[in-house]
Amino acid sequence: MSAYQKTALRLLLIELPVLIILVFALAPFVWLLLTSVKPNADLSIFPVRYWPSEFTSAHFKMLWQRTSFFSNWLNSLLIATGAVIVGLSVSIPAAYAFSRFKFAGRNMFLTGFLVINMFPVVLLIIPLFVLMRHLGLIDTFIGVIIGHSTFSIPFSIWMLISYFNAIPQDLDEAAVIDGASRLQTIRLVVLPLIMPGVVTTAIYVFITSWNEYLYAMMLSGDKVRPVTVALQLFIGEFTVQWGLLSAGGALIALPVTLLFLFIQKRLVGGLTAGAVKS
Amino acid sequence: MLPMTRQKLLPYSFLLPALAITGVVIIYPVFQTLLLSVQNYVLYAPDEARYIGLQNFQKLLKDEVFWISLSHSVIWVTSIVLFQLLLGLGSALLLNQSFWWRGLARALVIVPWALPSVIIGLIWTWIYDYNVGVLNDLLLRAHLIDQPVAWLSHPQTSFAAIMLTLVWQGFPFFAVMILAGLQTVPQELYEAARIDGATAFRQFWHVTLPSIAGIMATAVLLRIIWVANSLDIILVMTGGGPGYATYTLPLYAFLRAYSEMEFGYAAALALVMTVLLLGIVFLYVRRQAKELA
Repeated sequence: MSAYQKTALRLLLIELPVLIILVFALAPFVWLLLTSVKPNADLSIFPVRYWPSEFTSAHFKMLWQRTSFFSNWLNSLLIATGAVIVGLSVSIPAAYAFSRFKFAGRNMFLTGFLVINMFPVVLLIIPLFVLMRHLGLIDTFIGVIIGHSTFSIPFSIWMLISYFNAIPQDLDEAAVIDGASRLQTIRLVVLPLIMPGVVTTAIYVFITSWNEYLYAMMLSGDKVRPVTVALQLFIGEFTVQWGLLSAGGALIALPVTLLFLFIQKRLVGGLTAGAVKS
Repeated sequence: MLPMTRQKLLPYSFLLPALAITGVVIIYPVFQTLLLSVQNYVLYAPDEARYIGLQNFQKLLKDEVFWISLSHSVIWVTSIVLFQLLLGLGSALLLNQSFWWRGLARALVIVPWALPSVIIGLIWTWIYDYNVGVLNDLLLRAHLIDQPVAWLSHPQTSFAAIMLTLVWQGFPFFAVMILAGLQTVPQELYEAARIDGATAFRQFWHVTLPSIAGIMATAVLLRIIWVANSLDIILVMTGGGPGYATYTLPLYAFLRAYSEMEFGYAAALALVMTVLLLGIVFLYVRRQAKELA
């Protein structure tokens, strides 16, 4: 086979199918972005107008001026940040214990954290709602953040264990011989080494919490409504204005998509450990 | 305290915060669900709730909508996971070949999986729109249909339309997982096979497939559990309609609680669903435990 034929074959059998798959994967999202910058006149005609007749920021302006979207956006930011802080502050010590100690009940707890990650949301959400109502935590940041720890904690623990396991125990022991206490060892030796893993886990928890809909819908109200729930409510409120909804969708999806692309390579390791939730 | 005991208690003190929160948000709710499922608890009249034994479960067996939802769930999970797997496997095999923009392709294929379910529901509802939707436009231009189809409001098409959306959302997960598996297959195996004169297909069948079978099985089990549990995209796109056409088990349980406020009956539904899934969870956990040991 000549070099020319080889190139042609690769184009036809590999690059073209990859291109088709990518178009399938990306087109719906690109369509959302295009819709968000099209004038309303373009959105109500059929046959469909694919390329905008002009690019407009009208939908974004309307979101800013006429809706609560940006305060919802800030709510989501606060909730997702809170979920990261709560999730990691309890998961780092737990993952460290699983990785470094042998203790009675270790496997049981470890399996437990795996199993609870598989529980259906509907199983937990009903009693959680009743509980939060009793505690007066409905429509508070704390309420939603705690709701999100149902997935952030088990996920973070499993993810972090694999990062801790990758650090040789010899390093801990060397530090102890040098006279460091257990906490000093963790703070000065182990944590700096697993920082990339902690960041990856933090970003993934952030994304999951930011994207989450069901807990947010059940546990929030007018005061702390996150952006996913708000957008869904706009559908009823504004007799389906696709431009406005798409603009909102773009502002919700873009930041997390970029974050996701940033961590995806390092995520695969944790993925194959099976800890990631959809 | 003796130093020995302190040493023994140390790991538990590290675990305590995680266990405490998990106890409140997961273990307690699970027990509450068990309790709710044997009561006629209705949210707006909590004081009238009383123990009714297994009546919720008896009611459930005679509930036509339960059986509709269950059969939908079975078809739903099997077909979605199957299509996700096939598409993901195909994508992974292609992305494992070498071409100059492979890195970019690998990064971008993952986008659907990163998007929030509300946005996914929104995008696809817009694509499927009867009056100005792009799917009708494309199919009309290609002369595949004669007139626009109301994809989400016909019982015959709405179920398949939502399935396509979920396949789209989930296939990147399979692609990424299987790709990770493919990268661990030793090149020598392929060389040996080639020397023995194996065709490309036989190489795939005898070398590639056995090497990635484990990771595929793990991915399938995980995906079954997630797809079976997922309800947010259906909720956003059709809310279960038209009629009961897109009801699945978790959606039905959720709607009984959220719209009808019948928390007792909804808890029974959620519980039945969990028990049905436990077998899959068990298989998955056993696989993971093996890897751990």
